[in-house]
Amino acid sequence: MKKLLALTLLGVVMTATTAQARDTDEVRLAIDVPYEPFVYRTPAGELEGFEIDLGNELCKRANLDCTWVEQSWDGIIPGLLSRKYDAILSSMAITPERENQVLFSIPYYNTPSVWITRRDRGIDISDKDALEGLSVGVQRGTIRDSYVTQMYGDTLDIHRYSSSQDVANDLMSGRLDLSFEDYPLAVDTFHFKDDDSEFKKIGESIKKPVSIFGKGAAMAFRKRDKELAEKFNQAIRDVYADGTYEKLMKQYFDYDLSLPVGEK
Amino acid sequence: MEQLNAWFTELLSDNAIFTANTLGYYLDGLGSTVRLVFLSLVIGLVLAVPLAIARGSRRKWIKWPIFFYTYVFRGTPLLIQLYLIYYGVVFIEGIQDTFLWAILKDAFYPALIAFTLNTAAYTTEIFHGAIKATPRGEIEAARAYGMSRALMMRRIIMPSAFRRALPAYGNEVIFMLHASAIASVVTIMDLTGAARFVYARFYAPFDAFLFVAAIYLCLTFAILYLFRYLEKKLLAHLKPLNG
Repeated sequence: MKKLLALTLLGVVMTATTAQARDTDEVRLAIDVPYEPFVYRTPAGELEGFEIDLGNELCKRANLDCTWVEQSWDGIIPGLLSRKYDAILSSMAITPERENQVLFSIPYYNTPSVWITRRDRGIDISDKDALEGLSVGVQRGTIRDSYVTQMYGDTLDIHRYSSSQDVANDLMSGRLDLSFEDYPLAVDTFHFKDDDSEFKKIGESIKKPVSIFGKGAAMAFRKRDKELAEKFNQAIRDVYADGTYEKLMKQYFDYDLSLPVGEK
Repeated sequence: MEQLNAWFTELLSDNAIFTANTLGYYLDGLGSTVRLVFLSLVIGLVLAVPLAIARGSRRKWIKWPIFFYTYVFRGTPLLIQLYLIYYGVVFIEGIQDTFLWAILKDAFYPALIAFTLNTAAYTTEIFHGAIKATPRGEIEAARAYGMSRALMMRRIIMPSAFRRALPAYGNEVIFMLHASAIASVVTIMDLTGAARFVYARFYAPFDAFLFVAAIYLCLTFAILYLFRYLEKKLLAHLKPLNG
């Protein structure tokens, strides 16, 4: 009887310890599929994409044995908190609300925004005097809206639209001189990379300042798993430092979404 | 004035949304809304009077096109008309090279055109109904005096038709004010545009929209008061003597 009691107690204690911290090298990473080109399934059923490659690389650096868990977006934080997996690596942007619930790693990417104009127009975006009186179209209430309002409120004539397709129409018709749009969205709406496109990108891609564009996307952990988060932070620093990040990025993107560590 | 100013600054001191900056947006929005609604109502009224008279014509080739116009503009949502005039015309080949483009390029004029055509259609029908409701006796009396059609229209029919149409037209003015809220979909910074901007910036729907609703209420109240005054003056003959 005593023995049985001791065994039960031992069992309870052991369950309690495993519940307190993870002590294996196995890490389950949650991801919401698909979000091309960050993650998608090949016809053969394999997971592929930038975040899959990046995640595998990070695990290799941190000497962890990682497996991927598919999880739809709306349940992704509850799933982490209820221990269905140990981390989220799924293009999750850092926000104050999420920071209350989870522990974020250092951010590993942020999509840039870009200036678009008609192909036949010659506009120098860096010359503020020449921009005086030109009109720019943005989607109302987006971070691009905040950016042009804050930086070009006195220079440009700002038109706010409900959708980026409306912006494209008015840019095409000549009502607008410029648009400022999220880079991947601009590729879809303006097709500015196609040879027969009516639009082109001008100037540098923009993802600073952090106060407007946000900190970027990061991995998320349970708050108590500080050690695990630190391991991944170190791995992220490493892949940036030795150029692996850039190599992976160039494989999937023709624009820069890197957030070099320590740069503000 | 100074005291008022100090009181105002004090009032605004501990809130993040209604700063002088955002109130400036609302003020500009008020300007655009009033300008847009006032101009479209005035032009619409000027168009509607001859249309209403012609609508009652016995000649089919005058009557039917006007009926068709009012039917189309009353039978389709104003939002669709605005979309067609703002986004639709752009796709007419070569429109950018014509003089029309100077007008259509700006968002204000397409909105003004849409609103004017819409309110003119409704006002035409309101006046047409009022003209039709002229008591037979008045017309027979005018004929007995040997008045020509034009004189009868000017002296007998129109003055009484205007009076009869007044309450219904007052409603049309208020509807027009409220309908103007859609101007912000074509990027005009009217009152609603200002509210949507403030909402998107501070994620505070209640503050942004309640404030703008209060401004619309004030405008509606002013219109109501104006029409109440006009009705009292112009319809005085309909009131009981010892009311």
